Amino acid sequence: MPDNSIIITNNVNFYYGNFRALTGISMGFEKNQVTALIGPSGCGKSTLLRLLNRMNDLIDNTRVEGEVLFDGKNIYDPDVDPVDIRRRIGMVFQKPNPFPKSILDNIVYGPRLSGLKNKGELHALAEQSLRHAVLWDEVKDILGRSAMTLSGGQQQRLCIARALAMRPDVLLMDEPTSALDPISTAKIEELVEELKKNYTIVIVTHNMQQAARISDYTGFFYLGQLVEFNRTEKIFTAPDMKQTEDYITGRFG
Amino acid sequence: MVGFRPASMRWRYFKQGAFLWIVRLSSAVIVAALGGILFFILIQGIGVINWRFFTEFSTDSMTKGGIMPAIVGTFYLTAGALLVAFPLGVMSAVYLSEYARGGPVVRAIRIGVNSLAGVPSVVFGLFGLGLFVVFLHFGSCILSGALTLGFLIMPTIIGTSEEALKSVPQTFREASLALGVSKWQTVSRIVLPNALPGILTGSILGIGRAAGETAPIMFTAAAFFVTRLPVSIFDEVMALPYHIYVLATAGTHIDETRPIQYGTALVLVGLVLGVDLIAIVIRSYIRRKKRW
Repeated sequence: MPDNSIIITNNVNFYYGNFRALTGISMGFEKNQVTALIGPSGCGKSTLLRLLNRMNDLIDNTRVEGEVLFDGKNIYDPDVDPVDIRRRIGMVFQKPNPFPKSILDNIVYGPRLSGLKNKGELHALAEQSLRHAVLWDEVKDILGRSAMTLSGGQQQRLCIARALAMRPDVLLMDEPTSALDPISTAKIEELVEELKKNYTIVIVTHNMQQAARISDYTGFFYLGQLVEFNRTEKIFTAPDMKQTEDYITGRFG
Repeated sequence: MVGFRPASMRWRYFKQGAFLWIVRLSSAVIVAALGGILFFILIQGIGVINWRFFTEFSTDSMTKGGIMPAIVGTFYLTAGALLVAFPLGVMSAVYLSEYARGGPVVRAIRIGVNSLAGVPSVVFGLFGLGLFVVFLHFGSCILSGALTLGFLIMPTIIGTSEEALKSVPQTFREASLALGVSKWQTVSRIVLPNALPGILTGSILGIGRAAGETAPIMFTAAAFFVTRLPVSIFDEVMALPYHIYVLATAGTHIDETRPIQYGTALVLVGLVLGVDLIAIVIRSYIRRKKRW
């Protein structure tokens, strides 16, 4: 397990009603590194991702056991406000989901509602976030246009910029390229490489080449359990578990 | 292997053709009926329509003159009903759609709202009489009538608003909440604005309903005849639907007032259709703009 972890899960179980979706997950997510979560559909990797910023709270009839430590504090403690957690742990979804607002308003939406009112500051923040998401040059002249007019790949980078505008510590990405064409996918992958200088990234992916290309650590999930978790080179060259090897070589999944 | 049987194919084509004509005919009957009613009222009523019909009080035992007080009264009653039902209805819909989690209480509220929509309007009238006019001592007045009509159209407003709120994609809510935006901010900044067109459409349809109802106002607000316009919400008013009812059933000059009855009906139908038309225009405008 990495020693410089910003998020640590301790023996986490998760239930949808009576169905146990995750069993005994203990892992750490190292600061300024990319951790990939892989595994077949329904293995619990997205569930785990959404546990890390309490997005699963939105689903009725779910239950968490164990602890998720963020900077040493359990985010499921009763005195923790999930709104604060989500400010510091941002999320990018599978399908690009910009608001039906202008490009600029999409970016400044979060910061404005958390109290930043100064127009100049908001604008500067928007520019900086769009630059970080490598979208600035494409949209700098059309900031007032509806975000819905952008291409899918641009929309996804806009969503990343929108998450970055909150200046989070961690960015969770839930299959961020699965709805995108190969060129847009390549751009997002380059972007992830770039972003890890400033952010900790956890990415769920169905694409094993993607995990191999962009991540430093990889966790392989199967049937709600963490089968193997190690440095990415190790997982993809000499996995310890037979199941991991079968999955990454395409024998099942 | 089953052979190709032209006879059975012909039968199938015949059935298909026949069915198409049945559905066509059904639609045609409905359009014809609606058109017939409108045409009939138009022909019968157009004769009395002139500027004075809209601007003058009734005279000569309501056989002559205009219906201005009834138009004004219906306007006040409808506006009042909307003032009552819109905020309450939209807030209930927000609760049901955004906050309430499943469970017996919420199910009970939903059943209540749905049953309320099916209650005959005369029952609302009696309820209004009992509660507002008698028990709360408001008397028969604009306030009592507006409250009663408000309760009548509340289920419509709640229903359409909830539908409109639910049609806002879940991904918008997730995107907002994932940015560390609070639930209330998400509802007020993202969900409500995107649901607003649908909410407005429902409310406008509610206006049409409130303007046209007779039974809820006959015990709570409507006057047979007034000589002056209302000056406060505790005054009785004349109203279009009640005016038609009165002229057609209770007057001493039923036959002489026939043209005025149709004229009043024409004004009422025109008003309601006009309001519905606004709703349709808003809806189609929004549909064109919507991109998700």
